[in-house]
Amino acid sequence: MKSNMTQITRNDVLKLAKLSNIKLRDEEVDKFVVELDAIVNYVEQIDSVKIDDLKPTDQVTGLENVTRPDEVIKYDSTGEELLKNLPNKDGKYIKVKRVL
Amino acid sequence: MPKYIWKSISDLADDVKSGKTTATELVEKSLELIEENEEFKPIIAVIKDGSLKRAKEIDSAIKSGKKVGRLAGVPFIAKDNFLVYGADTTAASNILKGFDAPYQSTAINKLEAEGAICVAKANLDAFAHGSSTENSDFFTTLNPHDKTRVPGGSSGGSAASVALSLAPFSLGSDTGGSIRQPASFCGVVGLKPTYGIVGRSGVVAMGSSLDVIGPIAKNVEDAATVLDVISGKDGLDMTMIDRDKESYSKLDKTIKGKKIGLIKEYMDESVDPEVIKVIKESVDKLVASGAIVEEVSLPLSKLGLPAYYILCPAEVSSNLSRYDGQRYGYSYKDAKDLSESYMLSRDVGFGDEAKRRIMIGTYVLSSGYYDAYYKKAQVVRTKIIEESDKAFSKFDFLVGPTTPTTAFKIGDKTGDPISMYLSDLMTVTANLTGCPSMSIPAGEAQGLPVGIQIIAAQRKDRELLGFAKGFEELN
Repeated sequence: MKSNMTQITRNDVLKLAKLSNIKLRDEEVDKFVVELDAIVNYVEQIDSVKIDDLKPTDQVTGLENVTRPDEVIKYDSTGEELLKNLPNKDGKYIKVKRVL
Repeated sequence: MPKYIWKSISDLADDVKSGKTTATELVEKSLELIEENEEFKPIIAVIKDGSLKRAKEIDSAIKSGKKVGRLAGVPFIAKDNFLVYGADTTAASNILKGFDAPYQSTAINKLEAEGAICVAKANLDAFAHGSSTENSDFFTTLNPHDKTRVPGGSSGGSAASVALSLAPFSLGSDTGGSIRQPASFCGVVGLKPTYGIVGRSGVVAMGSSLDVIGPIAKNVEDAATVLDVISGKDGLDMTMIDRDKESYSKLDKTIKGKKIGLIKEYMDESVDPEVIKVIKESVDKLVASGAIVEEVSLPLSKLGLPAYYILCPAEVSSNLSRYDGQRYGYSYKDAKDLSESYMLSRDVGFGDEAKRRIMIGTYVLSSGYYDAYYKKAQVVRTKIIEESDKAFSKFDFLVGPTTPTTAFKIGDKTGDPISMYLSDLMTVTANLTGCPSMSIPAGEAQGLPVGIQIIAAQRKDRELLGFAKGFEELN
């Protein structure tokens, strides 16, 4: 539990951007330091709530472990249609930049 | 404001079936209205050829005596985060610009199966992140009542389209208020159904434990008709619950004897006094019709928004990780390797609000912060649900304003993300609890529409629609 207001720093933003796979430009970093700091401080209002030993909610209608039969469903699209949105391709392959 | 008035959806379909009009005439009318109202910029893409082709198919089916659906020939507009054939699905984002969906969303399939025809895709805040359409990566939609103001958001294009009568109804999505808030700002009816009764397959995901899709219409009856068609089994959305066995169009309009809780925290000094005045007048009308109205205090309701801005970005950061610039959407051309291609495609392709939410989500889910933020917000969600359940053990419906103010000026809140977030203060709670909630036009403040929000307990969508219809008839 944090007792004091958190301060988001330039390093925090750079780290978050890296974890988020976003390469921010310098001017963006400065802006986000201010904005993310304001947002984090705003949401810290929930610190005032006593949480006792209540359970966290991640599903509101009480569903658990929903499964369906593993059946083949007919799909009308052709392979070509599925590949039409590829930004870079080589024949039927997705073409990406070098990995290493 | 609207020069054209559409008949009710059921009447339009009846007219098409009886030959009084044709699907082609209705679609042509809608396309004409879209063109005439371009200055308000509610639309991202028009599906001209596709919609006229479908209209012809329906008309010839009727001529040859074949059975057509209950929405035969009725045109509608979908928010551009619904996957629809015949137009790109961009979610108003640069990273999805040019994305031509290889499959369609279930809601669209269900509407088409009943003969409805999608004529256009409406503007939104990119990825549905926002309350004004100013976060659209393309352009801002103007409020039909005042061009200097926002239409609300994120389903701002959908709400403005109905207010301008471009089509009899539209579809929106609501994660924290994105159907109800713009409906309130534009003076139309917006319904966020119970979480899980409408399948979301084929709708661009934002916060999956909160996302709901629903109709925006000019009246309650049309909203009920649309809900009746789009709800029920999806087959591809595993979070669904059973819908009401009765038709959602079978409405009980009784107001007399209904127990109504007026939410105290939504009627305080943080709300525009002009808005409060309109809501009080509505409450007086309900009382005069025999409703039993009592004030109810929901002390946790104002913590809904901060909890939401932990939970929602957490889910956004996960849902938006799929946009990597490799399989579809925008891809940065000159990256030196794959990692840089991801990072630069996402920097150029995402707008500021998407980046803010991805980074906040990443922060609250980080090791060391997870318990203090994410888990704590989930526990606050539990407490808010308990508070809501307690209120519904006493009341049939809870009411209050949909939004703290009427439509604000374009540019007023763009410099301060928190002030923009606050416009969803009263709507997020229903997303956290999964309860159905509607915004119904209640009156005007300084010439701008004010919506009243009516909330019901989970799975009471039909009861909610019936009561809303009863209220609508008092105006």
